[in-house]
Amino acid sequence: MNNAQRDAAHWSATKGLMIKMLAIWAVFAFVIHFFAAALNGIVILGFPLGFYMAAQGSLIVFVAMLFWFASAQDKIDREHGVAEE
Amino acid sequence: MAQSSSDGFLGNLGKVYGLYTGGFAAFVIFLAILEQMGVSNTIIGYLFIFFTIGIYALIGILSRTMQVSEYYVAGRKVPAFYNGMATGSDWMSAASFIGMAGILYNQGYDGLAYILGWTGGYVLVAVLIGPYLRKFGCYTVPDFFAARYGGNFARFLAIIILMATSFTYVTAQLVGTGLIAQRFFGMPFEYAVLVGLAGILVCSMLGGMRAVTWTQVAQYIVLIIAYLVPVVILSTQNYGIPVPQLTYGQVLSDIAAREQEMIAQGLTTVETLKPHVQPFLNMNMLNFFTLVICLMVGTAALPHVLMRYFTTPSVRDARKSVAWSLLFIFILYFTAPAYAAFAKLEVYTHVIGANIAELPQWIYTWGKTNLVFVCGKAATDAAAVAAACGALEGHQGVVRLADFRMVNDAIVIATPEIAGLPYVVAGLVAAGGLAAALSTADGLLLAIANALSHDIYSKMIDKNASPERRLVVARVLLVIVALLSAYYASTNPADIGTLVAWAFSMAAAGFFPALVLGIWWKRTTTAGAISQGSQN
Repeated sequence: MNNAQRDAAHWSATKGLMIKMLAIWAVFAFVIHFFAAALNGIVILGFPLGFYMAAQGSLIVFVAMLFWFASAQDKIDREHGVAEE
Repeated sequence: MAQSSSDGFLGNLGKVYGLYTGGFAAFVIFLAILEQMGVSNTIIGYLFIFFTIGIYALIGILSRTMQVSEYYVAGRKVPAFYNGMATGSDWMSAASFIGMAGILYNQGYDGLAYILGWTGGYVLVAVLIGPYLRKFGCYTVPDFFAARYGGNFARFLAIIILMATSFTYVTAQLVGTGLIAQRFFGMPFEYAVLVGLAGILVCSMLGGMRAVTWTQVAQYIVLIIAYLVPVVILSTQNYGIPVPQLTYGQVLSDIAAREQEMIAQGLTTVETLKPHVQPFLNMNMLNFFTLVICLMVGTAALPHVLMRYFTTPSVRDARKSVAWSLLFIFILYFTAPAYAAFAKLEVYTHVIGANIAELPQWIYTWGKTNLVFVCGKAATDAAAVAAACGALEGHQGVVRLADFRMVNDAIVIATPEIAGLPYVVAGLVAAGGLAAALSTADGLLLAIANALSHDIYSKMIDKNASPERRLVVARVLLVIVALLSAYYASTNPADIGTLVAWAFSMAAAGFFPALVLGIWWKRTTTAGAISQGSQN
């Protein structure tokens, strides 16, 4: 595999991860909250689920996905031989 | 990570900040003992202000530097974890610390748009922008524009947007500093602004980014302790579990039950009551989600936040660092709804439905500072409340839901007193609010001064200036900008929320599209980016 092919493969893997991330982001930033009123019918430990998702649930997903993103992109960089150091 | 450190400081970060945190806790306990021994509130308040600002100034002096890369990007050797902490306090301003819980108190579910927007924006920073700017290896955000869009015209436009954004924002922080010092410690507003300014200048002037970074880490520790302590105590008092983020589920249920009870008692009506957890009552669904988008895009384009990711040792660390940033921000934002819920339950059970002659004392304390209103008038004392309610036609002498109003800023400020905690906790909260305002102001001021000294002076006016000369110019400009914003703040311009909203809109419209397209789309042209920037 020459350099150009390697770069193209790396770029497409990077772009794939980016799209995956934005899809998860869109679900937890927007889609799930469209149903807030309906989800509020489910109550866990006193929390109506719709409220809980906007107050904590989505936030936990954002934090977790960023740690996952950092390690996933790292892995892509190493597999394609473009990692630093 | 620390092998290139000249002073051994970077190798011992854990120890240094561990000691610092322990020292701060000991200081708070010492003040609590002083309070028990009868030392006055005023003295305790002043000790809080001068001790914390003194520590920040000391860190600033110890981090002084004469190297250009240390001054602009902290030598690019800030570990991801600590850069995350610094970004947390850089990002969380007086408005987040003081105002967030209040918005949630007053707007219920709809206030969560701020929580979602201000955290979700970091996903955009991590995935689309931050690490790529780090890869570019620039010193400032306008540097990226110059490199990507070929030249100084794009750089110049970027500087203008950066200045407009950051200047309004830094003014908001100085106003916040003034308000906190005024309300807690009875300092005149203008003096308080000057004290804050002095603290900010000592932190940033001598050591630039390096000093600001290590001060911001220290400020994060103070602000997060101050934010958590009152509500953790409340949760333990009421539910025996020191995790308010968990126990406020029970509070939400109690609020819902009390809402029905208030309707049954005729204290409010089905039509006017806005149940705390019910979505889209204060704004419709469309407005809710457009607000979320605006806040996210604005977050992802604020130059003083983006420039923090220039300081990590590698691109990989920049990515990890965004994740740490969001974790540290999350700790405050997922606590804010708990504050709101505890305060609301307290008000619903002990104020609404109470006889106006038997209101709790804290109402008058904060009524005097125009934060609490009963029957449409500031609740300065029992007589004022009686007069205001007596003037209303057909008032029965019992506080109805519609009679009582609390300003957003009051929730966090008043919680220690509502919970009956000693004054030292209120002082701690004030110190936390100051830390939040000062740390954000540090970052903003540096962003402005660096754009002037690096982008305008070194890149456009005198390209051959020696490093010494560049740093002297940078410092002089920093002081000038600081004085200008303090002067503007002392005129007490539009309220904090409005100023911050301006800054967000300008960053979102001026920077976000050009940044993202410049990074992700090879065909973006100079002309296209410039025309987008100038529509702002």
